[in-house]
Amino acid sequence: MSRLLPMLFLLSAFAFSVVAQDATQRSFDNEQQREVYQQLIKELRCPKCQNQNIADSNAPLAEDMRDKSYEMLKAGKSKQEIIDFMVERYGNFVHYKPPFTAATAVLWFGPVVILIIGIGVAVLLTRKKKEQTALTPEERAQLEQLRKNDND
Amino acid sequence: MNKNLRWIVLFAPLVLFIALAAFLLKGLGSDPTKLDSALINEPVPAFKTVDLYDTSIAYDESVLKGEPMLLNVWATWCPTCRAEHEFLNQLASEGIPIVGLNYKDDSREKAVNWLNTLGDPYTVNLFDPEGDVAFEFGVYGAPETYFIDEKGVIRYRHVGDVNARNWQSTLKPIYEQLKQEAQ
Repeated sequence: MSRLLPMLFLLSAFAFSVVAQDATQRSFDNEQQREVYQQLIKELRCPKCQNQNIADSNAPLAEDMRDKSYEMLKAGKSKQEIIDFMVERYGNFVHYKPPFTAATAVLWFGPVVILIIGIGVAVLLTRKKKEQTALTPEERAQLEQLRKNDND
Repeated sequence: MNKNLRWIVLFAPLVLFIALAAFLLKGLGSDPTKLDSALINEPVPAFKTVDLYDTSIAYDESVLKGEPMLLNVWATWCPTCRAEHEFLNQLASEGIPIVGLNYKDDSREKAVNWLNTLGDPYTVNLFDPEGDVAFEFGVYGAPETYFIDEKGVIRYRHVGDVNARNWQSTLKPIYEQLKQEAQ
């Protein structure tokens, strides 16, 4: 553990340095543009090295995508235009904020639906039990009778 | 409570669970590195590039129209491309048109040399040193093979090598269908 911590620290420092380097090496028209660029490369996912965004990845494809994002920003395109451009070519996979579609709806609503069903079933079952345990007047009279007999 | 309704209420959670499990299992079994192309059923994107052998010859997207064909993305740095090359030669000898897209290769000489020594299965050789054309297609690695119909619409993308096994089982039927539609 004593060795692992500094190593982890070094690794994370490296990951940040890739981003920092990339953004400082490029020249931007203004700070806001640099900000948008940094947001973009963190939000866009590298299709080649699948669990990394293009800021963290050193894959040639991620490099190309960073270049393309930069070029488009410089050409005056908005963040959304660049995201749409990437999605058009690489699919929804490429954006770390997937849109709401029929397939993702199951993931959003599935747990809620299951929870509602669970609660519904629980309520139904307990209600039924109450109905069953409640005695009719005849049954109550019978019970009284039995008790009396027992005491005798 | 109505008897039918009781059955429905009783079995609804089970049915829902099975449906959800099937949906999630499908995702679990699929290969995450094989992505669906975003361009399926879309026309070939516009591009401009040059010939691999003779850079004075210019091409655009119109070379991918007119008959069903394959577009194969390859490079000399890609070992899997080397593995599939023999099979592409065989397909070409059977008369299947394959357009080659040389993707971000180390050098043009190296690529030309490869085709001279290993054989050239391609009807047209597109040269894409910066990967600009490939970017338009959403290529994320090599080899990738696109199936394009006679109208120039992308119908299927195969990621990884084309070999006798996957050709027989999946790819050939796709190509045959495109041919049939063209008639």
